[in-house]
Amino acid sequence: MAEPLLDIQGLKTWFKTDDGLVRAVDGVDLRIDRGETVGVVGESGCGKTVTARSVLKLIDMPPGRFEAGRILWQGRDLIPLDDAEMNKIRSREIAIIFQEPMTSLNPVYSVGEQIAEVIELHQNLSRKQALVGAADMLKLVNIPNPERRVHDYPHQFSGGMRQRVMIAMALSCQPKLLIADEPTTALDVTIQAQILELMQEMKERFGMAIMLITHAMGVVAETAQRVVVMYAGKVVEEAPVGALFGDPRHPYTQGLIRSIPRVDRSAGQQARLESIPGTVPSLLDPPPGCRFAARCKYAMEICTQAIPPLKEVAPGHRVACVL
Amino acid sequence: MSRQYIIRRLLIAIPSLLGISLVLFTILALAPGDPFEELATNPAVPPEVRAALRAKFGLDDPVWARYLHWITAMLQGDWGFSFVSRMDVDTLILQRLPVTLIVIGSSQIIAILVALPVGVLAATRPYSLFDQVANTFAFIGFSLPTFFTGLLFILVFSIQLDWLPFVYRADIDATGWQFYWEHIKQAIMPVMVLGLFQGASLVRYVRSSVLDVIKLDYVTTARSKGIGERKVITKHVVRNALIPVVTLVALQMPIVFGGAIVTEQIFRVPGIGSLLISAMLANDTPVVMAVTFVFACLVVLFNLIADILYGWLDPRIAFR
Repeated sequence: MAEPLLDIQGLKTWFKTDDGLVRAVDGVDLRIDRGETVGVVGESGCGKTVTARSVLKLIDMPPGRFEAGRILWQGRDLIPLDDAEMNKIRSREIAIIFQEPMTSLNPVYSVGEQIAEVIELHQNLSRKQALVGAADMLKLVNIPNPERRVHDYPHQFSGGMRQRVMIAMALSCQPKLLIADEPTTALDVTIQAQILELMQEMKERFGMAIMLITHAMGVVAETAQRVVVMYAGKVVEEAPVGALFGDPRHPYTQGLIRSIPRVDRSAGQQARLESIPGTVPSLLDPPPGCRFAARCKYAMEICTQAIPPLKEVAPGHRVACVL
Repeated sequence: MSRQYIIRRLLIAIPSLLGISLVLFTILALAPGDPFEELATNPAVPPEVRAALRAKFGLDDPVWARYLHWITAMLQGDWGFSFVSRMDVDTLILQRLPVTLIVIGSSQIIAILVALPVGVLAATRPYSLFDQVANTFAFIGFSLPTFFTGLLFILVFSIQLDWLPFVYRADIDATGWQFYWEHIKQAIMPVMVLGLFQGASLVRYVRSSVLDVIKLDYVTTARSKGIGERKVITKHVVRNALIPVVTLVALQMPIVFGGAIVTEQIFRVPGIGSLLISAMLANDTPVVMAVTFVFACLVVLFNLIADILYGWLDPRIAFR
C-alpha cells in the first residue's frame, strides 16, 4: 500500500487547566490517503477540532501539549518541527477552514488582501500579481464580480460568501490536504449544500484530500469515502462510508445513526427522534475502561475495566468495542 | 476618508463649543470673586472710580448680556483684556500655548511609544516574567500622581544628580544648537512625568486589548497561513487592538490637560496651565474664560482626530 498522505499515530493532545489535565485528544490514530475525503464525526467536545488543529500545530502551547504520538505528513513527523518549518507547510501543503466564517476573516483588511497575503508568501509573487491571483480564486469559488469584490471587506459579504472566501484562501496554494473544521455548521441549510458542493467541485479540480470534521452524519454520508467516529478523545470506529451506515458496529455509532432525523418514516412508525442518553464524560478524569460504557445499553462488567483496543472486523472496518 | 466628513464634524463641533462656552461663562459668573476686589481694599481708589470702572467693563450687567457681549467679541477675534497683566488675552494665550502643546504632545508621543511595544509584548507572553515586570511598573506608574513623581524627579535629577534644571525658563540667552539643547533639557522632566503616567495606564489598555484580539478566530486563520508569528501580531492583531485604544487616548485628553496643569505648576512651565492657575488666583475672569475655552477646543479637536484615525483603522466605520 502506498504511503499515506497523513498518518496520525497515537496522538495525545492534552491541556493543562486550573482544574487539572484535560485529555482532549487521547490516543487518536487517523490515516488519510491522497485525494481521499475522510469524515471525522462525533459530538461537541469529542476532540475533533483539537485533532484537526494539532495537525497544523495551531494549538496554543501552553496550555496545550503533545503528550505522545506522531503526526506523519508524507512520512515526516510534524511534532518536532519548529514554527519556521511548520510555516512552510501551513497553507502551502495543508490548509484549513473553520466553523465560523463570520469571525474567521480579519475585519480590517479587504478579502483580496487576505487571500493575496497567502499567494504572495508561498508563490513568491508581487502584491499586484497576488491580487490578480486572489481575484481568480474568488472567481473559482463562484463569487460574482470577482475583480470588484476583491477590494471589499469581510463585513460586506454574507456568511456563505465568507466561507467561499475562506475556501478560496485555503485553496490558493493548491494544498494537498484541506482540513474543513465544521465548514457548514454555522450556515443555513441551503447554503450548507452549496458549500459542500463547492468543496466537492474543488476537490475534483485540484485532487486534494479533505479531512471533513462535522457532527452532521448526513454531511458525511454525502461527501466522505471513509468515516472516523470519535468519542471522548478517542477513535471508536473507522470504516468506509457504506459499511459504517450499513453495518455500524459500535453502539455509539449506532446511536448517532439512529439520531438522524428521517422524513421518510411517517409519524406513526417512529414516534420520537431517538437520542443517546447521558452526556460525554469529563475529559479531566476519564473513567477507566470504555468511555462510552456509562451511556451504552450493552455495557458489561468488562467494559468498565479496560479500554477496548481498535480491532478489524472487516477489511478497513475497525471498532473499539468488545461486542 | 472623505473631506465632507471632516467638514461636517467641524460643523457639529460649533454648537457643542457654544454650549461649553455658555456653561463656562455661567459658572464663572456664579463664582464668588471680582476682578476689582483688590481695588476695593485699596484706599487710594475712591469708590466712584471703582463703580465707573465696573460700569465701563459691563460687570454690573445681567449674566446673559455679558455672555452675549463676550461671545460676539470673541467671534470678532477680540478675546478680551487681562485685568492683571494689562495685555490682550489672545496674545497672552498665544505666548503660552506652544509650550503646553509641545510638552503635552511629546509626552503623549512618549506614552504611546512606550505603551505600544510593552503592551503588545506583555500580551503575547501573558504571565511571563516580562509581563509581570511590565504590569508591576504600570501599576506603580499610574498609582503615583504626577505631583509626587514630579517632585521625586526634581529631587533625584536636579538636586541629587544636578543633571537637569528644575525651573522651566522661557528666556534662554543662548543661540543655535545650545538654545535647542537647553530647551530639550528643561522639557525632559515634565514630559517624562506626564508621559510615563499616561504610558503606564496605556500599557494596561494595550495589553488587555491585544489579549482580547489574540484569541479571535481570524488570528488563528492568520497563523494557519504560515506567515509567521511576528507578522501575525504586527499585521493582524495590533491594528485591530488599536481601535479601542484610540478611543481611550481621545477620552483621556481632558485628563491629560488636567494633569498638564499640575505638572506645569511643579516645573514652573510657562504654559497655559500655569496661566490658568495664576488667572484664577487673581480673579482674572477674561483669561480664565479664554483658557478654559481653548482647553475645550483642544479636547474637541483631539476627539475629531480620534474619529478620523478610527475610520482609517477600521473600514467598517463608514464616514456618513
